Formats: sequence, C-alpha cells, structure tokens
Amino acid sequence: MREKWISRSIQIAGFSSILFLLLIFIFLIREGTPALGEVSLKEIFNIRWYPIEKYFGTLPLIGGSLLVTITSILIALPFGIGTAVYIAEIAPEGIKQVLKPLIEVIAGIPSVVLGFIGILVLAPFLRKFLNLPTGLTAFAGSLLLAFISIPTIVSIAEDALYAVPQSYREAAIALGASHWETIWGITLPAARTGVLTAVMLGIGRSLGETMAVMMVTGNAPVLPIKWNSWFLPVRTMTATIASEMGEVASGSVHYHVLFFIGIILFILSLIINVTASWVTFKKRSREQAVS
Amino acid sequence: MNANKKHTSIQKQRTQKMGFGLVWLIAFLTVLPIVSMIGYIVIKGSGTMSWEFLSQPPSHGMREGGIYPAIVGTLLLTLGTAIFSVPLGLAAGIYISEYAKDNLWTRLIRIAIISLAGVPSVVYGLFGLGLFVLFLKFGTSILSASLTLSIMTLPVIISTTEEALRSVPARFRIVSRSLGATQWQTIQRIVLPQALPGIITGIILGLERAAGETAPILFTGAAFFLPNLPKSIFDATMALPYHIFVISTQVPGMPIQIQYGTVLVLLIFVLSMNLIATLIRANARKKRQW
Repeated sequence: MREKWISRSIQIAGFSSILFLLLIFIFLIREGTPALGEVSLKEIFNIRWYPIEKYFGTLPLIGGSLLVTITSILIALPFGIGTAVYIAEIAPEGIKQVLKPLIEVIAGIPSVVLGFIGILVLAPFLRKFLNLPTGLTAFAGSLLLAFISIPTIVSIAEDALYAVPQSYREAAIALGASHWETIWGITLPAARTGVLTAVMLGIGRSLGETMAVMMVTGNAPVLPIKWNSWFLPVRTMTATIASEMGEVASGSVHYHVLFFIGIILFILSLIINVTASWVTFKKRSREQAVS
Repeated sequence: MNANKKHTSIQKQRTQKMGFGLVWLIAFLTVLPIVSMIGYIVIKGSGTMSWEFLSQPPSHGMREGGIYPAIVGTLLLTLGTAIFSVPLGLAAGIYISEYAKDNLWTRLIRIAIISLAGVPSVVYGLFGLGLFVLFLKFGTSILSASLTLSIMTLPVIISTTEEALRSVPARFRIVSRSLGATQWQTIQRIVLPQALPGIITGIILGLERAAGETAPILFTGAAFFLPNLPKSIFDATMALPYHIFVISTQVPGMPIQIQYGTVLVLLIFVLSMNLIATLIRANARKKRQW
C-alpha cells in the first residue's frame, strides 16, 4: 500500500516538467497575446521602440539580440572548440585536472558579476583602446556573452570528442598520420554533430542571457544595421524585458508587448534546444544501428 | 627519395608542434580571464571585508554601511529554492531512471526537461510574475521568487539525479530484487545511497546557479532597499545579485570599495558551493568500488 503511494507520487513528479513547460507557455500566451489586439503586427515589427510615445517596434531589439548573439558565437567558437580539443585529445592528466574545474567555475560565475566587471574594466578598456565615445557597446556585450557561452560549448564538444571510437584514432596513426593530423582530419570531423550541438546550445545560452548584456551594451534601442554597429550601443530583447518590466503597470499595452517579446524568446529557445537534442538523438540511434 | 621523406616528416612534426602550441594558447586564453578576474575582485574587495560590512544594513542611500539584508536574502532564497526543487527534482529523476518505460511519454518528458533547461532566465521571471505574483496573488515575495528559481533549477537537478542513478550498475538492482526486496526498497536502500554523491553534486551546482541569478527575481521578489529583514515568506527581500546590479548601475556616486566588497561576498558564496560540489565528486570517484 505504502509502496503504491510512493510510486504514484514519483510518477507524478516525473511528469512535472511537462506541466511546468505548459504552464510557462500558457502564462506567456495569457499575458502576451493581448498585445496583438492592442498593437498591430505591423507596428510590433517596426523599427522604432519608444514605449512612452506608444512606439512598440521590436525590430531594433531583435536585431540587437541577433547581432550580439552571432558575434559572441563567432568569438566563442574557436576558443570553445580549441579548449575542448586540448582537454580531450592533448592535455596531460594533471593539466586536465586543473582546466576542467576552471571551465566549470566560468559557468558558475553569476552573470551580474560579469556585467559588473564589464562596466568597470572591459568597457573603459575598449573605450580607450578603440577610441570610442563609450565602451558600452554591442562588442562589449558580445565579448561577455562569448565568455558566458564557452563552458557550454567546451563541455558538449568535449563529450562529442570522447564519443569518437578509439579505433578511428588508432587507424589514422597506423596509416602514418601524426597526432595532430589525426585530430584535425579524423577526430574533429567525426565529432562534427556534437560540435554542431555545442554551437546551437551556445547560441541558446547567448540569446537568453540577460544581466551581463543589459549592463554593458548601453541600452539604446537602435536597429544595428550600420557597418560600425558593433561599436555603438544596442539593446537586446532580454535586456528590454528586464529593464522595463519593473516600471510598467500590469495589464497595460507596454506590459503585454514585453510579454510578447518573452513569447518570441521562449519559442526561439524551444526551437534551438529541441533541434539540438534531436540532432544528438538521431546520431545516437544511427550509432546504435551500426554497432 | 629518402631525403624527401625525411623532409615531409620534419614538416609534419613542425605542423604538429605549431598546432599543439596554438590549441594550448587557446585553452590558456580561455581560462586566463576567469583566473585574473577572480584575483582582481579578491584584491579590490578584500579591503572592504569587515564584521560591520557583513552585519549592518546599508545606510546613507546605500553609500555607507553593510550588506547584511542582502546576504540574508540570498540565503533565504537559496533555501527556499532547495525546499521546492530538491524533493521534486529528486523524485522526477528517480522516475525517469527507474520507473519510466521507453515510450512516447518518456520521450516527451525528456524534451520538456531539455526545453526547460534552455528557457532564458528572464522568461522565467516573466512566468513567475504572471503565475505566482499576479495569478496566485503571492505578491512580490520570497515565496514567488523561490518558486520561480525552483522551476528554473529543476532541470539541472533532474538530469544530474538521473545520470547518477544510471551510473549504478544494473546488477545491484537485480540482486536486490532477487533477494525479495520491492522496487522501492531497492531504490531506497541500494541504488540511492550509491548514487548519492552524484546527486548532491548536481543539487549544489543547481542551487549555485539559483543563488547567483538576478533576472528571475527582478519582478518576483527582489527589493531595491529594505533596512529590515523580511518577516514572512510574503515579504520581498534584498538579494546579493540584484544588489550588485543596483549599486553598479542605479546609484550615482556609489563608493567603489563597497561595490567590489559586495561582488566578493557573492563570489565567495557561489565559489564555495562550486568547490564543495567538486570535492564531493572527486571524493566519491576515489571511493567507488564498481
């Protein structure tokens, strides 16, 4: 009897994640979709975000998010993959024991602390070094985001490299390839799906990051389409929600639009994560079919 | 012919040396910022550390005094998050590892966990505002903030619990069941104790993240300034991460030592959780007999 009761509650707990995901979706829809009745779609996807004057164009915010996310991934990618290769293929055991916890420490640093250092150290440095009017720019945000997404990329790419069968490496060495040629020509290409997953999840991590970006990007909702947009202030979707939600009356148009931006973020993160896991899942089932 | 061969092999070695050097440099440059950043904060912030700083509320528009209410607030929020997320995450992890069959529902649960893990933290904040603060009328409170952080932490705890349970060999379960133990008895007395270090590591890492988060508590429970401690779970509270955001962006003329001191306190809090988790894991790995 007691056993049955326990199994029941464990089962209910097991399904809780589905429930919470649905609840998040329902409440975002509930608070966000009224925006579509109050502001036309054309206005929502316009280029002017100025809520006080009732301009709710979200394009500058979407553009800001895209700019810093893509730039950050381009910066993080060589560092993330390079570090993963070093840890998985080259580093002696002793160095590995130091590197891996350090990467984990990066993942554990609160983003508000990175934002703080960004304001006090990174932005003034960039301002001086690049001779800019302000260091609080898209580029500063991208650098912090790159740092934030590196642990995600390293750990997934590392797993992907470990998953490459040892026999591949042995075969390459036996055919006369050097250790480096084996890594570059065999191991890394064999792990490419895992690397792809790492990139996608890194993008997801960057896109959703809030505090660090909000603190260092200068918060100017301008569509970043100029060649020097990297070195101008921008504003992301996440930063807009975080900085404006505290000041709006619940139930106002502005409030609904902020929730609508939340829906966009939620759906983007859903697409990224489900695709990434689907890619991994497909690869795994193919491997099982082979073996 | 022979000389040619020798030539390529030298070139090969040179390429390899350069490649290894490059990769080493990349790894070094990746961890350099974190080491120097922590060192910098320790140097800049340690001068501020004093009993007064840790035990007094802020005064004079936060430009003097300490950060006591923010420290207590972060402890309360972390505890609140643990109360909700640990039992639920543990049970969910047990379900997926020990009970769930490989069917559509289980696959859906997995997708849900992965999706929850990827939801941006500020979206959790919106959700907490919509559900806990407004719909359930908990208000901007410790309760709302803890519940929001719990749901954000849940996927971490579920995944690490599942992974820890799965690493316990199947023969342990088979032997226990063949000796007449029920499934729950097997889980409770055989599997869980073996997986415990892994589970605890996961819980600590999940809570570490919750303790440092700002975006989910911005509109659900964090307060700009409160001289007194919260009296019930329906009160808002100060918290270290939000306090750092406030004093570094919202208060003009904020003394720099207080800013670095506050960051150092949060860093010590978070990094010691990280260290404990790492030690538990390393220790368990050494002791493991299977």
